[in-house]
Amino acid sequence: MPVVSKVTCPVCGSLCDDIEVVVKNNVITDVKNACAVGAAKFLDYSNRKNVKPLVRKNGKLVEVSLSEAVRKSAKILADAVYPIMYGWSSTSCEAIRVGLELAEEVGAVIDNTTTVCHGPSILSVKDVGIASSTLGQLRHRADLIIYWGCNPWSAHPRHVERYTAFSDGRFQKSTWRAYISRLGGALSKKRLRRAINLILRRDAFATPEVTHEIPYTMFQKKRKMVLIDIRRTHSADAADYFLQVEPNKDYELLQAFRMLVADEELEVDQVAGVPVKTLEEIADVMIGCELGIIFFGQGLTMTEGKLRNIDSAISLVRDLNQRTKFLIMPMRGHFNVTGANVVSTWQTGYPFAVDFSQGFPRYNPGETSVIDILCREETDAGLVIASDPVAHFPKKAAQNLVRKPLIVIDPQTTPTSLMADVVFSPAYVGIEAEGTAYRMDHVPLPLKKIVNPPSPCLSEAEILRRILQEVRRLRSKPN
Amino acid sequence: MTHLIVKNGFVYDPMNHVDGEKMDIAVANGKIVEKVEEKKAESIEASGMIVMPGGVDIHTHIAGAEVNSGRLLRPEDHFRDVEAKTAITRSGVGYSVPSTFTTGYRYSRMGYTTIMNPSMPPLEARHTHEELNDTPMVDKASYPLLGDWWFTLEYLRDGKIKECAAHVAWIMVATKGYAIKIVNPGGLEAWGFGQNVRSIDDPVPHFNLTPKEIIRGLCKVNKLLHMPHTIHVHTNNLGKAGNYATALDTMKCVENLASGDKPIIHITHCQFSAYKGSDWRTLKSGAEEIAKYVNHHDHVTLDLGQVVFTNTTTMTADGPFQHGLYQLTSNKWVNHDVETETTGGIVPFRYRRKSYVHAIQWSIGLELALMVKNPWRIYLTTDHPNAAPFITYPQIISWLMSRKAREKTMLRINKRARHKSLLPSIEREYNLGEIATVTRAGQAKALDLKQKGHLGIGADADIAIYNMNPELVDPSKKPKTVRKAFENTAYTIKNGEIVAKDAKIAKPVNGKTFWVNPQLSSPTEVADDMKRRFREYWTIEYENYSIPESYLATSTPISVKAEV
Repeated sequence: MPVVSKVTCPVCGSLCDDIEVVVKNNVITDVKNACAVGAAKFLDYSNRKNVKPLVRKNGKLVEVSLSEAVRKSAKILADAVYPIMYGWSSTSCEAIRVGLELAEEVGAVIDNTTTVCHGPSILSVKDVGIASSTLGQLRHRADLIIYWGCNPWSAHPRHVERYTAFSDGRFQKSTWRAYISRLGGALSKKRLRRAINLILRRDAFATPEVTHEIPYTMFQKKRKMVLIDIRRTHSADAADYFLQVEPNKDYELLQAFRMLVADEELEVDQVAGVPVKTLEEIADVMIGCELGIIFFGQGLTMTEGKLRNIDSAISLVRDLNQRTKFLIMPMRGHFNVTGANVVSTWQTGYPFAVDFSQGFPRYNPGETSVIDILCREETDAGLVIASDPVAHFPKKAAQNLVRKPLIVIDPQTTPTSLMADVVFSPAYVGIEAEGTAYRMDHVPLPLKKIVNPPSPCLSEAEILRRILQEVRRLRSKPN
Repeated sequence: MTHLIVKNGFVYDPMNHVDGEKMDIAVANGKIVEKVEEKKAESIEASGMIVMPGGVDIHTHIAGAEVNSGRLLRPEDHFRDVEAKTAITRSGVGYSVPSTFTTGYRYSRMGYTTIMNPSMPPLEARHTHEELNDTPMVDKASYPLLGDWWFTLEYLRDGKIKECAAHVAWIMVATKGYAIKIVNPGGLEAWGFGQNVRSIDDPVPHFNLTPKEIIRGLCKVNKLLHMPHTIHVHTNNLGKAGNYATALDTMKCVENLASGDKPIIHITHCQFSAYKGSDWRTLKSGAEEIAKYVNHHDHVTLDLGQVVFTNTTTMTADGPFQHGLYQLTSNKWVNHDVETETTGGIVPFRYRRKSYVHAIQWSIGLELALMVKNPWRIYLTTDHPNAAPFITYPQIISWLMSRKAREKTMLRINKRARHKSLLPSIEREYNLGEIATVTRAGQAKALDLKQKGHLGIGADADIAIYNMNPELVDPSKKPKTVRKAFENTAYTIKNGEIVAKDAKIAKPVNGKTFWVNPQLSSPTEVADDMKRRFREYWTIEYENYSIPESYLATSTPISVKAEV
């Protein structure tokens, strides 16, 4: 059976590119090396409800020819005064390039899903910059790995194994053995506790008390991993130390660390529910490491404080760089959300929320970001690609989106596609179509075409190209 | 393809020893030809105008991960400088770090037709090429950063020059690169753990070799591979007081590898490596010493990195230097380390007239340009956007051509710097032929781009026509006229087509992307070796590292026969 190897997995921002896919008669039968999330996509992607384009006629979505759907879409966009084009994070850079050209042509606002996930991170980078690296640098050198407000074990399942604590590098070795023994220890402890509970007739389901004691391994001169989050997740088991912060208190905790790193005294007993003594010890571990890294997720970007949290986190890293080497990186979610930012930036100067209505790129998140435009009811048409805003946007924004003519390009049937006026079912990029995507650390990787898409599914780039052509044709016609 | 004839212009073509002669230039099928049938050809009346080969820029950061992070970092840079969409051109923004389309258009309107992107992290080469595909109007190429690549360090430490050469050849093809770029050799590897090297004899941590061995080793590799360009070196200690000595050491350390009068090392943005003094307070110009050395040695070429007083963005692969700049300015700071290969950093920066240090920097650049006697050995750059954006070239041209212009600027700079500057003692003024040399002919020669930088028969028909009459205008007395003339061409011709006219883009075209393809005696051996060891070094797969040729919009490989 033919095996396609070195496939890049089009799921999360880790973009693992060592996947092996077994193909039989244009059907994927097996996947190797992938995590559960990745394997599920490769094996179950082909549950399309429809392959043909749909257009709403008399209130119902009916199958039409590709050219009719293209004509209809082009007309919607060409007639619109202030259309929005949203999504982009789960498609290829090639499609995004065409999308930007189309947005410029019709004077649209083009925004990607960054606006609802790491938007605050980008706003902070614009304020203070960012000290970062590619993931391999951390694999080789990082001896202190901090995950903050994210859960790599579940959301980026191979992140720890490929890039951080469990990977072998030139200067730092994998700590998976220590993890296994720790796991064994934890299991025995759990059994013991259960036995004690039985004997003493205690409530077995009571949540164990949070301890803030730092294990001795944190002070050893070897690689260690720390998780900082509001709740104990699976990632905590992989970490040498789990620091539980009270919800919405990340900013206080970050500022406390900044003070400690600057050798200031904290004149309180605890910050964000953590005793100062513990914080002092962790700050000391941070200063003492050879190369430290903070990975942060939406636990930091989308909780109270938003971009101020990130400002503070990046500033902490800036401060730490006076004492040692320290880096920071956002844990990007979708497989090509980084690419959406990158392509938009090189073509327009701005990473998201770009407004072409005046003939040149304008950028002012809060004004030119899609949710705000929708909430102000300013748009008169929309194109959504590879995302599902109806399910995720605030109710008012979603209502205003579907009230106006809406084009959806998405292989999946989603709440958004069900409300659309034109629906294209494109080929899955990375499985049925090739392209380029950017890993969370800005390393570009090729996406492969493994199987042929069902007819007449085209790649997203090709669909957009045809719409663009049609828009240009409509515009060149004398009225 | 159309036939063109450029009539009656004052032609400056230093490579063919044409210095302001009134003559016609004939173009057919994108090349310069002896003559074309006048009736069939489109005629461009260039009487009273200057005709030069299309401009060549040997060092300008225009594409790739670093540049794009610069764009992201600086919305304030974009708000005030926008380019609207037209019927034929794309929109864009940006003063110091323009978006890709805008970069292409602006270069073209200035008469530049070939530009070199000097810093490409090999792992992120795909990104660079994606951006180059979106940079219209100009031919381009990129230099991969190889001075701190672990393969380089390991092979040179073990004295295996040939193996090193073979692997450099592999990465040149894999990343579609054009020349070996060395940035702060050894220092970038040290920056992985937040350290740096202090001189060319300071050993690189963990690798047991010195920057000097890296420079010499890669210089030998460059020769073995017969690369068209020399090694392209950003020196150690860049941007530090007293570093002119390091720059001299760097040039000296390869002196005995030279043969004949062929250059073997290019010191880039030399202004940043020509500082005397022990700290910023006592900073002085080291231009005289460097110029003296270059005037007496044939193996070195330089480019300027001329400072212009403006608000710009510094970006280099020199991570430790950028960290230093961040500490100096407390400005926003981007750092980007790339596994096993290199680092990078960005800090916005404003060069102020009234700052002693900045004024001295400004003076050093011009002193270098005026004291190096042979214009074929020093090229006009601003290390865009580090010392200034490339759109300031016309202003620099006016300074070079006019003592009056220099004196006028001198009156407005820091007083202490004015007294220390060597410029008042320099009478030299460039003539148009010399300007043509430092902005195109010399750079094309240094890059060994045989079709570029001249207007001889068979050359690419890349022509810049500037609206200034050298018979009527004395550049020495009319610097403003010179500056205005060089800001926008009357015509820019690319590949035999008029692509820009009267400061407007007339026809958007895609340029070629050059890359060097060294022919090894046993290429598969290297490929197998790389494949075997790949996972120890990188976090992506061997198969996904190399960029296929089809990825480049207009791939133009240059084959060279390697000695390994």
